[in-house]
Amino acid sequence: MSVENGTLLAVEDLHTWFEVRKWGFVHVGYVRAVDGVTFSLDQGEAVTVVGESGCGKSTLARTILGLYPPTKGEVRFLGKPIKAWGRRYHSMLGYVQQDPYGALPPFMNLRRILLEPMVINRIGTKREREERIRQVLEEVKLTPVEDFLGKFPHMLSGGQQQRAVIARSMVLNPKMIVADEPVSMLDASVRVEILQLLQGIQKAHNLGVIYITHDLSTVRYFSERIFVMYAAKIVEKAPVKELLGNPLHPYTKALLAAIPDPDPENAKVFKEVPPGEPPSLLRPPTGCRFHPRCPHKIEGLCDREVPPEFEPMPGHFASCWLYR
Amino acid sequence: MRTATETLLKVEDLKLYFRTTKGVVQAVDGVSFEVGKARSVVVVGESGCGKSSLAKAILRLLPRNVHTYSGHIYMDGVDLMSLSDEEFRRNVRWVKISYVAQGAMNSLNPVIKVGEQVAEALLIHTDGVTRREALERVQEVFRFVGVPLDFIDRYAFELSGGMRQRVVIAMALITHPPLIILDEPTSALDVLTQANIMNSLKRIKKEMKVAYFLITHDIATSSELAEDAIVMYAGQIVEMGEAGHFYLTPKHPYSEMLMASVPTLREDKELRFIPGQPPSLINPPTGCRFAPRCPKRFSMCDSEPPMVELADGRKVKCHLYG
Repeated sequence: MSVENGTLLAVEDLHTWFEVRKWGFVHVGYVRAVDGVTFSLDQGEAVTVVGESGCGKSTLARTILGLYPPTKGEVRFLGKPIKAWGRRYHSMLGYVQQDPYGALPPFMNLRRILLEPMVINRIGTKREREERIRQVLEEVKLTPVEDFLGKFPHMLSGGQQQRAVIARSMVLNPKMIVADEPVSMLDASVRVEILQLLQGIQKAHNLGVIYITHDLSTVRYFSERIFVMYAAKIVEKAPVKELLGNPLHPYTKALLAAIPDPDPENAKVFKEVPPGEPPSLLRPPTGCRFHPRCPHKIEGLCDREVPPEFEPMPGHFASCWLYR
Repeated sequence: MRTATETLLKVEDLKLYFRTTKGVVQAVDGVSFEVGKARSVVVVGESGCGKSSLAKAILRLLPRNVHTYSGHIYMDGVDLMSLSDEEFRRNVRWVKISYVAQGAMNSLNPVIKVGEQVAEALLIHTDGVTRREALERVQEVFRFVGVPLDFIDRYAFELSGGMRQRVVIAMALITHPPLIILDEPTSALDVLTQANIMNSLKRIKKEMKVAYFLITHDIATSSELAEDAIVMYAGQIVEMGEAGHFYLTPKHPYSEMLMASVPTLREDKELRFIPGQPPSLINPPTGCRFAPRCPKRFSMCDSEPPMVELADGRKVKCHLYG
């Protein structure tokens, strides 16, 4: 977040709603998957969006990638709305999907997979392309490169597949990478390897990274800031250390308390967890969306008024009436 | 692995090999351990190390391509391996050991009400139970696992993931078995739901005195339930003992590295990963199977290490302690 790094991505009051129809034509309502999200990302900065499944974090990622049109609000990349970039936008972004095997076409070998983005964007001569493919494979440590060029995705282990996906996202030298749960399908020991690899790449190329995860315990090792999402809204934004050490929003507190560290003492105590489940995004609760589960609910306020973003500490934002 | 409590299940030299087109896969290769009465034992290891195969071997839920299935499984003084398939089905499965399979919550029948599916387990495995009694029992276990009673008449698709998982656990509990095998019961769930279910499992254990055999790759979550721990690598047990020892001071180089790769929320530690990949179980390395990835290997590692019992009662399969 240094001064010479300008803003890379600005998300302003972003809404992505999906229409739900009955029998194909009767309007039922909207699933408000992203409902008023605002943040900005500097060049070379890594942020994490954390939240439970169904909170809209993947929709947020896909809207930022331009895969879903926003219902309201705007995504600006380097100061220009993404529409204005046209198809060039996609060549400046890398996307690392959750399921590496599903993300790689099974009938293409690695060379072909990595060649594809350059063919589509008409970049480089034949020799330059071949050289770039070798470069990225070196970078994600799929070495010796010769051994991997001809391999098909099913011949690779889970960790290697995810490396291949990362290599593909890097081929066009993007300015930003969106990683949607890049390690959730992998084993613990491989997870660390992949996160360290991503971090290395991010530092080496001064990339902006949006890391989406449900696993708070990996966040510490990766990003500078965390955004906590609950029911389609960001409820808390803070630097990593600050958020882990001093969570403000009751939801964040609950989330942190629920995550176990490997400690044999865990077996002896019951965890304090708020009951219930996240609300339906078709008809979200009025007021604060966490209020039905919140232990600190203020009657007459939390269930009526949507809490704005408060800044109880510099750089630490929480959308909660407790901090008014 | 303990002397303080009575033994419920004792497994000796259990082997389960599969025949494949590429060769014989030694999924479970000579595994011996004990589960104490009302103890919870967790089995951890990377994917493909044979954890789920171990569960299936205990329950005799075998695919068709079995090459070798041998060893002894003692429960209540009976060697379960000596029973016929029909005897096993009638007297062991769900009566003595029930099972929550990996992803079971996604295998609920979509066209039968969940209450009836849970009741079915009791009707099939207990003689002389009427439908009405069974449905009453369902209410009881639903209360236990935290499913609202009006969910009895719902279908699986009307339930959230957490609720479906609770229904599946209820199904395992309804016959009051002394042992439940749980294969990754919370891996597909969110952290808050996961913590809620772990709380329920702890409460069930306390009140019903049931033993758990929990299989998971998620070490942090496994600590929520663990009293004893078993670490598997490449089809074999490399370390087992009390959970307190394993989580704090793992001894086998593999367990040590596995623990070092677990990210923690509350303390700042440098994460390490285990270089290389687990060996193929078709032609596993001779000698110690972890030796090719082990930073502490030495000349003796070419020969198969013995299971060494340490002073604190745990067992480690490593020459370092021999």
